[in-house]
Amino acid sequence: MSELTLERESSTTDFVGGKWQTEINVRDFIQKNYTPYDGDSSFLAGPTEATTKLWQECCELFKKERENGGVLDMDTKIVSTIVSHGAGYIDKDLEQIVGLQTDKPLKRSLQPFGGIRMAETSCKSYGYEVDPEVVEIFTKYRKTHNQGVFDVYTPEMRAARHAAILTGLPDAYGRGRIIGDYRRIALYGIDRLIEDKKEQHASVDGDMTPDKIQLKEELAEQIRALEEMKELGQIYGYDISKPAKNAKEAVQWLYFGYLSAVKEQNGAAMSLGRTSTFLDIFIERDLRNGTLTESEAQELIDHFIMKLRLVKFARTPEYNSLFSGDPTWVTESIGGVGIDGRHMVTKNSFRYLHTLENLGTAPEPNMTVLWSKRLPHNFKQYAAHISITTSSIQYENDDLMRVTHGDDYAIACCVSSMVVGKEMQFFGARANLAKCLLYAINGGVDERLKTQVGPKFRPITSEYLNYDEVIERYEDMMEWLAGLYVNTLNCIHYMHDKYCYERSQMALHDRDVKRYFATGIAGLSVVADSLSAIKYAKVKAIRDEDGIVVDYEIEGDYPKYGNNDDRVDEIAVHVVKKFMSMIRKHFTYRNSIPTMSILTITSNVVYGKKTGNTPDGRKQGVPLAPGANPMHGRDSHGAVASLASVAKLPFNDAQDGISNTFSIIPNALGKDDVFMGDLDIQLDCGCCEGTCQ
Amino acid sequence: MTEIYGNIHSIESCGTVDGPGIRFVVFTQGCPLRCQYCHNPDSWDFKENQKMSVEEIFEQYEGVKEFCAGGLTVTGGEPMAQIEFVTELFKLFKNSNIHTALDTSGIFFNRNNTEKVDELLKYTDLVLLDIKHINDEEHKKLTGHSNKNILDFAKYLSETNKPVWIRHVVVPGITFKEEYLKKLGEFLAELHNIKALDVLPYHDMAIPKYENLGITYPLKGVPPLTHDEAKKARNIIIEAIKEKRINK
Repeated sequence: MSELTLERESSTTDFVGGKWQTEINVRDFIQKNYTPYDGDSSFLAGPTEATTKLWQECCELFKKERENGGVLDMDTKIVSTIVSHGAGYIDKDLEQIVGLQTDKPLKRSLQPFGGIRMAETSCKSYGYEVDPEVVEIFTKYRKTHNQGVFDVYTPEMRAARHAAILTGLPDAYGRGRIIGDYRRIALYGIDRLIEDKKEQHASVDGDMTPDKIQLKEELAEQIRALEEMKELGQIYGYDISKPAKNAKEAVQWLYFGYLSAVKEQNGAAMSLGRTSTFLDIFIERDLRNGTLTESEAQELIDHFIMKLRLVKFARTPEYNSLFSGDPTWVTESIGGVGIDGRHMVTKNSFRYLHTLENLGTAPEPNMTVLWSKRLPHNFKQYAAHISITTSSIQYENDDLMRVTHGDDYAIACCVSSMVVGKEMQFFGARANLAKCLLYAINGGVDERLKTQVGPKFRPITSEYLNYDEVIERYEDMMEWLAGLYVNTLNCIHYMHDKYCYERSQMALHDRDVKRYFATGIAGLSVVADSLSAIKYAKVKAIRDEDGIVVDYEIEGDYPKYGNNDDRVDEIAVHVVKKFMSMIRKHFTYRNSIPTMSILTITSNVVYGKKTGNTPDGRKQGVPLAPGANPMHGRDSHGAVASLASVAKLPFNDAQDGISNTFSIIPNALGKDDVFMGDLDIQLDCGCCEGTCQ
Repeated sequence: MTEIYGNIHSIESCGTVDGPGIRFVVFTQGCPLRCQYCHNPDSWDFKENQKMSVEEIFEQYEGVKEFCAGGLTVTGGEPMAQIEFVTELFKLFKNSNIHTALDTSGIFFNRNNTEKVDELLKYTDLVLLDIKHINDEEHKKLTGHSNKNILDFAKYLSETNKPVWIRHVVVPGITFKEEYLKKLGEFLAELHNIKALDVLPYHDMAIPKYENLGITYPLKGVPPLTHDEAKKARNIIIEAIKEKRINK
C-alpha cells in the first residue's frame, strides 16, 4: 500500500515544477515542460498489427451502419449519463484506450434533456421507438430545454424562427461549443479537481443573489459530475482519482473526461481542445525512461483517435440536412506559437496528423493546425503533405488569434476560439442578413410566406431602388433584427443552463469563466452584392399583385464582392461593423461578451432555400455563399483577390470567426513531381526521381 | 507620352504553375496559333476584350502583392502580339524590382528584326517557352504554323543567355512518341540557358469551353495523359539531353 502511494505521488515530480503545482493551471505545466520539435516526420511509426486489426473492425461497423440506413443501433430505454452504461468495447484485447458512449460501438445514446420530441423524432426516423416510460417522464415530470424555451418565446420570436430570418437556433438541440479542459484529469486526477471545486463552492456566500445561487448550484452539479467520472473509470477498471502515471494513463484519463462530455451532451459541436502537446510531455518522459517505444506511442494516439472517430449522436434527418451530414466537430487544435516566441509543435503534433496515414482519411476528429508564419518548416512541410494526400486538415490563423487568446486557446466547432478551461461560449446560430434586406424593402413582410414578420416599417415603393433609401431602411430593419436576435438567444441560453446544463464540461473549467455570446450572420456576400448592384447598376423591383417585391431586374454591371474591389468590399465591412454595433447595444445573458461569426460551412444551403430572390440577381432557393465567401462564380480575379476581399472584414467585429470555404484542384496548387527544376544540376547526376542530393 | 493599353483576357491573382512561386498572372487576348489541345480557346480572338493600362494592372497587383511574392507572369493568348504593351508593363514592374516572366510560343520571332524583342528581354527575368512540337510537319498540323521561328527563338535565348523554362504539352498519339521526345531532348541539349523542364500532361478539361464557344473540339476521344506517362515522357527527354551532351 505504502509503495503504491509513493509511486503515485512521484508520478508528477520529475516534471519541471511551477505554479501548476499549487493551482489548477495546465498552461503553466505545458510551458514549463514541453519540448518543441523542429525535426521532420521520419521518426514516425506505422500502424501496429493491433491498430490495423482494430481499425478494420471499426470499418466493418461503419459499413454495417451505412447498410442499415445510417444508424447501427439506438438506445431507446437508458437515458445517457456519465455512468448509465456498463463497459463497452470494440475488441477488448486489442484496445489500448477504452471507453464507449454506450455498451456497444456505434450504438447511439438516448439524450432527452435537450428535448424529448427531438429524441423521439431521431429514433422514429430510423425505425426505433423511445420507451414510453422515458417519454412519460420527460413529458410529465421532467421538463426539457426545448419546453423551457417555448414557454418564454414571444410570438415575434416564433414568427422570426418560422420564417427563418433567425435560423438554426439551438432551442431544440444541444448548443455544444464548450470545451472541457480534459487535460486536467490527466495532470491532477479527479480527487484534486473535486477538492478545488469544493473550495469554489464554499467561496460562494454572502448575499445570495440569483446569480450566486445559480453558480453555487452549478458547482455542486460539477462536483457530482466529477464523482461520476471517477466511477466511469472504475467501470473500465481504472482509478482516475490520482494523476496519470504514464503516457497511456494520460491519454486514457483525458479520454474519460471527453467521454463523460459526449455521454451527457449531444452538442452541435463537441470539440476536444488542444491536447497533443500536453500529451507529448507524458510521452517524452516515457520515451526517456525507456518504458515506451515510438511504435507504442503512436499506437496510443491511433487508438485514441479511433475512439474519437466512433463518437456518434442520435439526430434527426432535418438536423443532418442543416449540417450536411452528421458532424460531431471533435476539433483538436494543433501547433501554434507560445507567447514567449517558442513554437508549440511537438512530436505528438506529428503523431496526431499521422493518424490520417495510419488509419486513413476521415473528417473527424477535425484536425486543426493553428498556423503561424513561425511554425517550424518541417512541420509545415508535413502538414502540407498530409493535406495533399488526405484533404483532412483545417488551418486557422494563430498569429491573429494569439493576440486575443494567448497560447492555450482551442477551436470549438470550426472557428470559435476560446481559452481552454477559462472561456466558453453561448452558441447563437445565425441571423439571415440577406432576408433582412428583403424585409427592409418590403416593410417587414416575408417574401416567401407573405406574412408580416418584421415591424411594419414603410416599404420601398419606387420602381428603381435608390441606394440611400435602401440603406436607411436596411439599417432600421437590422436594428430590429439585432434586438430580437439577442433576446431570443437570451431565452435559449437561460433555459439550456437550467434544463440541460453541461456539468461535466464545466467541471473542467475555472469557477469564473469568461462567456462569449456568439451571434452569427448569414448571407453577407448576397447583401454586399445586392447593395453594390443598387448603388452601381440599376435595379428594378418586380412586384406581385399585393405590391410585394418578389424579384429584381439588374440593368448594367456592378462591382462584386470577392475581387478585391473596395467599392463593394467596403459595403461588406460596413454591414459587419454596423450589425455588430447593434448587437452590442443589448443585454446579453450572464454578462457574456457579444461576438459575431461569419462562418456557415454547410447550412447556407438550407438558408438559401428559405430566402427569396435578392437584388444581386440571385434566385430564390439558390444557396447563400458559405461564411464570408463571395457568391459562387462572381470572384473572377483568382484566389488571392477573392481572399483579399474576405481579409478586409474586421476580426474585431467578427471575433467568433470568419470562414472562407475554398476548393482548388490539386494541380492548380503548383507543380508536382513531373516538373524538373534546377535542370543544370539534375543533368549531372542520376535520373530522375529527385534522388539527387 | 501616350498611354499604352493592353487587350486583356483576364487576371489571375493566385497563379501557381506559371513560373516560380505564387504569381500575379496576366492573360492577354489574342493568339495566332490554334493548338489543338489549347485550354484557353476563349483567348484566341484578337477582338478587343478588356482594355487595361499598365498602371491599372500595376494597381491591381499592388492590392495583392503580399500574396503574389513570386512576381508577374504574362501569358495568353500570345503576349508577344502586344509586345510594346508587355515591354511597358515589364518596365514598370522591374522598376519596383519585381520578377517578370514571359510565357510565349515565340511564334513572332524574326532574327532579322530583333529590336523590339531585345527591348522586351531587357526587362524579362524568365521566359517560359512553349515548344509545341519538335517536328515541323507535325507542328503545322497541331498549331497551323511552322515551328521554325519558335526553335530559332529558343536558340536566340540561349545565345543571349536568357533564363528559360521549356514547357512541352505531351499528348497521347501526337507528342507522346519516343522519337519526338528524343528529338526534343537532342534539340534542348544544344541550349545552355534552360533552368527547368516543365512537361505538361494533356488534359481535356477545356471541353466545356469549346462547347460554350461553339467550336468543335479537335482532340475528341484523346485520353488525358496519366501522371506516370508524363514522368516517362520527361525521363525520355532528360535522357536524350544527357546522351547528346555526353557524346558531344
